[in-house]
Amino acid sequence: MDSTKVVEINNLGITYHTLEEETTALKNINFDIFHNEIIGIVGPSGCGKSTLLSLISGLLKPTIGQVKVNGNIVDKPLENVGYMFQKDHLFEWRNILDNVIIGLEIQGKLNDENIKQAKELLHSYGLGDFINSYPYQLSGGMRQRVALIRTLLLEPDLLLLDEPFSALDYQTRLAISDEIGSILKKEKKTAIMVTHDISEAISMSDRVVVLSNRPGTIKRVFDIELTCPGEWSPLKCREAPEFRHYFNEIWKELDIHVE
Amino acid sequence: MSNKNISKNHEEFLQSVKRRKRSIFIVQIGILFFGLFLWEVAAYFKWIDPFIMSSPSRIWKLFLEYLTRGRLPHHVLVSVTETIVGFSIGTILGLLISIGLWWSNYWAKVFDPYIVILNSLPKTALAPIIIIWVGAGYTGIIVTAISVSIVVTIMNMYRSFISTDGDKIKLLNTFGATKFQVLRKLVLPSSIPNLISTLKISIGLSWVGVITGEFLVSKAGIGYIIIYGSQVFKLDIVMMGVVILAVISALMYKLISTIEKKFIKWIE
Repeated sequence: MDSTKVVEINNLGITYHTLEEETTALKNINFDIFHNEIIGIVGPSGCGKSTLLSLISGLLKPTIGQVKVNGNIVDKPLENVGYMFQKDHLFEWRNILDNVIIGLEIQGKLNDENIKQAKELLHSYGLGDFINSYPYQLSGGMRQRVALIRTLLLEPDLLLLDEPFSALDYQTRLAISDEIGSILKKEKKTAIMVTHDISEAISMSDRVVVLSNRPGTIKRVFDIELTCPGEWSPLKCREAPEFRHYFNEIWKELDIHVE
Repeated sequence: MSNKNISKNHEEFLQSVKRRKRSIFIVQIGILFFGLFLWEVAAYFKWIDPFIMSSPSRIWKLFLEYLTRGRLPHHVLVSVTETIVGFSIGTILGLLISIGLWWSNYWAKVFDPYIVILNSLPKTALAPIIIIWVGAGYTGIIVTAISVSIVVTIMNMYRSFISTDGDKIKLLNTFGATKFQVLRKLVLPSSIPNLISTLKISIGLSWVGVITGEFLVSKAGIGYIIIYGSQVFKLDIVMMGVVILAVISALMYKLISTIEKKFIKWIE
């Protein structure tokens, strides 16, 4: 982590309009994210977590305030921001190689060099044998890895992850989040990850932001400092002695009551 | 994943699947021949009136006669050409219109009630008007075929286009895709399975249009044979026309499913 600001969020808020009502989804969001930092965002359901990502990505326009990425105000989707969704959203009619290069194709950047790079990435993440396969032939975990490669190929400065593992079964989820967390650190990426899994947020993030109930505001920010045994990896960090402490604190902040 | 070393159990399983498939095919053929046989026998022993009901042997004899006299290939060619032309124009035009409706939600809403009415209206009712307007030749028949098939194409394809996964569109938008790119890279390819099932319906409807048109005005075609046979009260001719029609339209349907199997490898 260094002190270059990648994302600056100033006084951000958004209000939705439907025929029935007007809903303020987010308000007074102020937050800065630094280079090579992974931020976890947790909050009660419906608090506007995903909306926040859409605002940062430029898919939605804020009602008030602004988002800056690398110092530029975001008013449309930026090429240097990658987005990963809950589902892998692979295109069933494209083989795996054609799926990972779709972003390059859209941006008109496709050339022999990055096709080669795509193949290398697929190989190094254990998908070398599936380059010409179709998505239905892959398991859920493999598909999500393909989705990550599709995002990484665009060499984004900032990655937005919207509950990227929640469509996977628990074991796959642990393995893939460990893998993707390590990849993000290794490639020195800055990332914002929305999740409803507190453990996942603590194990992967440098800071965890807790949002309040709607209208979502920042309730508290936790600096996560875990003494992980051995080499850093999200899975190993779950064994850190501080882990339980953070878990309990965040759980208390979330203030969830089952009615 | 195929495994070279097939176990005995697995082999038995494959055998039983194959047996079942073969048995279904044999029964299918059996029903056809039994029906034809019963029809023939009933006509032969005068259980039914062969003058009104015809019989397989009479149809066959007539078929050979028509074939050797040389008029039949011409009739078939005329109808098939009309159908293929009508079907192609109807499909292309229908696709273009449904793309237009997908492009502009506003105009889709505006045209919605008109499309609903056109869809519920039996299009064959329009055939006499169309033939008067565009002329009593091949064009009238082709336009009738288009009018019958195009509305289904528009409705099915438009519905398919708008049901494209919103998150997939969002994904392309995060790459900075234009609306045209969303159409070309996502909306059109994801609608191919729906396009094929629509083609299967609209080829049948094109035939409805062509035969209706030929009933009303024509000098040649399978519809012409049928209507001629009924006017001179020769049911053999009518039956032959219907049988030929059944065979050809089944072949065309089969052709579309073959194309489907060949080109869509990405469906499980």
